[in-house]
Amino acid sequence: MKRKFLWPALLLSGAFLTLYAFKSISVLPTPDPDNAGLVLPQGFGALKVAETGAKPRHIVVTPQGTIYVKLARVKDNKGIMVLQENKDGKAQVTGGFGDYPGTGIYRKDGYLYTSSNTEVFRYKLNDKNEVIDPTKPEKIVTGLKMGRQHETKSLVLDNDGNVYVNIGVNSNSCQEQDRGLRSAGIPGCPLLDSMAGIWQFKKDKLNQSYGQGIRYASGLRNVVGLDWNQQNNQLFVMQHGRDNLNSSWPELYNEKESAELPAECLYALKKGDNAGWPFMYYDGVQNKKIVAPEYGGDKKKEADAKYLDPAVAFPAHTAPNGLLFYTGNMFPEKYKNGAFIAFHGSWNRAPEPQKGFFVVFQPFKDGKPVGKWEIFADNFAGSPEKAASGRVDHRPCGLAQGPDGSLYVTDDSKGTIYRIVYNKK
Amino acid sequence: MVLLTIMVGGSTQLSAQTKSKQAPVAKTKAVSAAVLANGKKVYTKYCLACHMADGGGVQNMNPPLIKTSYVLGNATKLIKVILNGMSEGVEIDGETYTNIMPPHGFLTDQEVADVLTYVRSSFGNKAPAIKVAEVKAARTAKK
Ligand code: HEC
Repeated sequence: MKRKFLWPALLLSGAFLTLYAFKSISVLPTPDPDNAGLVLPQGFGALKVAETGAKPRHIVVTPQGTIYVKLARVKDNKGIMVLQENKDGKAQVTGGFGDYPGTGIYRKDGYLYTSSNTEVFRYKLNDKNEVIDPTKPEKIVTGLKMGRQHETKSLVLDNDGNVYVNIGVNSNSCQEQDRGLRSAGIPGCPLLDSMAGIWQFKKDKLNQSYGQGIRYASGLRNVVGLDWNQQNNQLFVMQHGRDNLNSSWPELYNEKESAELPAECLYALKKGDNAGWPFMYYDGVQNKKIVAPEYGGDKKKEADAKYLDPAVAFPAHTAPNGLLFYTGNMFPEKYKNGAFIAFHGSWNRAPEPQKGFFVVFQPFKDGKPVGKWEIFADNFAGSPEKAASGRVDHRPCGLAQGPDGSLYVTDDSKGTIYRIVYNKK
Repeated sequence: MVLLTIMVGGSTQLSAQTKSKQAPVAKTKAVSAAVLANGKKVYTKYCLACHMADGGGVQNMNPPLIKTSYVLGNATKLIKVILNGMSEGVEIDGETYTNIMPPHGFLTDQEVADVLTYVRSSFGNKAPAIKVAEVKAARTAKK
């Protein structure tokens, strides 16, 4: 009697437990007990997906959970690392390809697009989003200029068959003597011909270079983080603003002013836009476009109004390296279609305390920023003291959205890959 | 790489020579508080922005000034880095850096000597002081 009653109940509860366990595993991995050392808003958790032992820059996560990361330096002759996730959210390196270093990587319509510091490639993917032949990419762009600084070529695609590539300029402010004391700007800045902008190429034509591409936007010193906003079908980029206002122009800018100027700017770009480098910078304290000292500026004189205004201005020198519009369903409603920005952290604020080393959230509505940004994920540095000194543990760089809406963050200093999840019901 | 080995090898030899000849003078210079104070002043104004207050530099961008082959090596070669700058992106003790070092020829011989003496006796470095005469000689010597 007792037995007959027990068995179905046991079976039922067993089935329930299995189902429940399966659900919780497939929906959410368990965050690390210390949230991977990060400080997050209420209800969020984080785990370390992998320690790559490399310098991962931008990152792609496929619907099948395969992770592709572009490496700043080749490791074991591979510039792209492939990882597979287990059910518990931890991932192992399962392969690699591409013998070139770089930053850019993006997946769109059955192809994986990657960049070295002078070229852009694409690899055909199968229906599981695996690279079909890692040894034979199509070289779609070649011969891009690269200096020693700002050499990386971040990229993103639109919905009309174009790829957008950043060509950073190997100069701080187009001075005759780069970063020199009181060195004047070169008249007209000829570097603008082939650098300091975003170039547009066709996604499917081989061996394009400057002759086949279009200079889509100019006057951008260096862009690392960029993304395509699907809501209003527009390119957004984060510029790395100029350095050395105090060390090049000590009579005009004291150390404090130099640490707080200029703002790191988010720009919403249209074809033909000019953000004004090197002739001006954006002063986020006065909220004005100011003529650069190399081109006759005195810290107050306003620049020509024709130059593009930023969509949002962020603290100076914090080095925005990743931009991602969040389209997932895991995070609370306010994050939907807003922008996450990974700030690599400053160096040019010394002797003032360094800043950055966090991921910021900027709310958006209908493709436009609304309201104030906030720090979303903090303490990549390890402690406030480490952040202030610049001797930090981790530096956030690339961002990606997982198939379930998790947010992935790379660190190109120690090589950690993080995953941030929302686990409040 | 080969070139670098030769350069580093060469500079070690040279600095050994310099050392044996000038060590006594250098020692007395190295303890001069006035030189160190002036050197620190020059460092704070012209070098700190890139090489940082602790001389540790910035990963991948600006090299450290802590026990590098340049800082501890041949005096003339070190002085020329300050006077002429450095932008070839050569390996510095196995690492490369993306930023450039602008020339600092506008500093006086005294300022160059003092800042280098300060660097050579700070951040854990222990190397002979740089004399004004050495800076003067390096400035007039061919590049
Ligand atoms: C604008 C940034 C900047 C400033 C200002 C600057 N440096 Fe440098 N310095 C660099 C960079 C970058 C390199 C390496 C250049 C290369 O790799 O080609 C370098 C190289 C050096 C080196 C040789 C390499 C090493 O690490 O030992 C020394 C010594 C040095 N700097 C000392 C100084 C001193 C002293 C000052 C101030 C008088 C100074 N620097 C100012 C950026 C700077």
